[in-house]
Amino acid sequence: MSNPYFPIPAVVKKALVETSDRMLRTLELRFLKDEDAQAFHFVPGQFCELSLLGKGEAPFGIASSPTENGSLKFTINKAGVVTTALHHIEEGTEVGIRGPLGNGYPIDLFQGKNVLVIGGGFAFTTLRSLVTYFLHPQNRNKVKDITVIYGARTPGLLLYKEELAEWAKRSDIRLVVTVDQGDKDWKGKVGLVPNVLEEAAPAAENTYAVICGPPIMIKFTFPKLMALRFPNERIYTSLEKRMKCGIGKCGRCNIGHLYVCKDGPVFSYAQLEKLPKDY
Amino acid sequence: MKLKLDKKNFIPFLQSLMDEYDLFAPVQLAEGVSVYKKIDQPEEVDLSIANPQKPAKEIFFPQSETMFRYEKAGKESRITSTEEIKRNRILLGARPCDIQAFSLIDHVFAGKDYTDTYYVNKRKATTIIGMGCDHPLSTCFCSSLNGGPFHREGSDLFLIDLGESYLVELLTEKGMAFQKNKFLEEANEKEISMAKGIEGKATEKVKPSIPVNGIEKKLDQMMESPYWDRVQEKCLGCRVCTYLCPTCHCFDIMDEARTNKGRRVRNWDSCLSSLYSQETSGHNPRPTNRERTRQRLMHKFNYFPRNFDRIACVGCGRCTLYCPAHFDIRQTIKEIQEGSDK
Repeated sequence: MSNPYFPIPAVVKKALVETSDRMLRTLELRFLKDEDAQAFHFVPGQFCELSLLGKGEAPFGIASSPTENGSLKFTINKAGVVTTALHHIEEGTEVGIRGPLGNGYPIDLFQGKNVLVIGGGFAFTTLRSLVTYFLHPQNRNKVKDITVIYGARTPGLLLYKEELAEWAKRSDIRLVVTVDQGDKDWKGKVGLVPNVLEEAAPAAENTYAVICGPPIMIKFTFPKLMALRFPNERIYTSLEKRMKCGIGKCGRCNIGHLYVCKDGPVFSYAQLEKLPKDY
Repeated sequence: MKLKLDKKNFIPFLQSLMDEYDLFAPVQLAEGVSVYKKIDQPEEVDLSIANPQKPAKEIFFPQSETMFRYEKAGKESRITSTEEIKRNRILLGARPCDIQAFSLIDHVFAGKDYTDTYYVNKRKATTIIGMGCDHPLSTCFCSSLNGGPFHREGSDLFLIDLGESYLVELLTEKGMAFQKNKFLEEANEKEISMAKGIEGKATEKVKPSIPVNGIEKKLDQMMESPYWDRVQEKCLGCRVCTYLCPTCHCFDIMDEARTNKGRRVRNWDSCLSSLYSQETSGHNPRPTNRERTRQRLMHKFNYFPRNFDRIACVGCGRCTLYCPAHFDIRQTIKEIQEGSDK
């Protein structure tokens, strides 16, 4: 019987500070053992518990796509004990991984449909995984139009800038990047995500919307999606709650009878409507 | 099969168990402080305690438990597992309420998605010797929750105190293994009928009285009810009800570091603590006692039944008995059922 609480050893292959405020750092991890790498299968939207022995564990969405073989990426917001420690470790340091955990995005449901991805700030991590997955030559035919609307407060706070530039060059994805406030070098859009959505959204028909961002963005974006006639069943989001075990046992991340760690973190708005507002 | 154990042979009997097993049984630590713990000397065992303060869940789910130990050398590290159980175990003298609670938290720890090896390894290695609860307390309401003071489900062997001796029932295959124990002799008709009398009397004392049927449906409509304001007014947030509850299973995980060595450990946690759901950002989805007391009751009487088709309460009465504010869960159940939605 394998112990689901044991961290699988991995090593930091590369570390990169993403944002101008230096609060977001992406770690690229590689499993120490080949058999662990081979046994690790995930879908975009799943997460892992990363652990630093002596500091503890914390959950992070997987920012890389299953199509990017060989390593896993996590983008970490410096906030507490574990995340601060994860900001300070050097390349080559050993990190424990438990996962993949949670359900992930329902990519099978998206087959043959358009996908609208709406992201805000540092919540773009698992959305990066999703977009990268569908942009892979093997998967690009699985969905029709891909529209990505991504916003941050300032240009410096955008994640994955190099990739955004790559995506902007492609013809098989519509990318709209916006900032709340530009700077002297910013030539892109300025505007809040909910407003940009109004201009840039594809027709709701045959389209699934996936939205991830700070609560305030979600609060104002959701009514816009409703106005655009997206039904609740076709709007998905990924929730966060305080977690420990990640496998539905330690108790704390429940919303009603469901556990965000095990039954989520991805929920449709149709599901959330039926749950207590306990998040 | 019904056997008996003469109390004169009680200590040698315990010794014979300890020769083969790690023995866990009720112990009086100090006046009014009783727990189930690993027995070092057979004389420590005290079966006269009505129902130990701390529930028997601790045998499978300790208050504090090492998950693994680690040692770091430079950038590398080594983890040593602590989940293996080296010797089979006996849990002696657990009351039917605590034993019924195992079948509830089994759903969580032995769940179909992930197996909690710490809990499951101990559970599998343990033979349970239950004990008839011949002096139920005024706070007991096990019979309202599919149990009873002499409920035998979950026990491998079952003891009934006859005064001079114990009647020993062998109930399962694991239990039958004790048939050959030299201190157990055949019980006679008189002893068997005496046991029946004791069982009848105790059962009479704890009649089903608390109306739990349909409480899940009632609570479905009560998430935003002003009733929770009333519930929380009384609660001090001390969390004793959750720690002493045989079905509460929440835990926290943390690392304890000592230079290059340390351990990961899990500790009982409680939904009544504000830190329980407090996020690093500062956001807390359950910011006051209102949301927290609601979570405790909703989990037991609504969420758990939705997931596992059973109410997560066994009527042991500990939360009522030990609450410093005299919060009576039986009263709460009645109020919810009567629709005291105010």
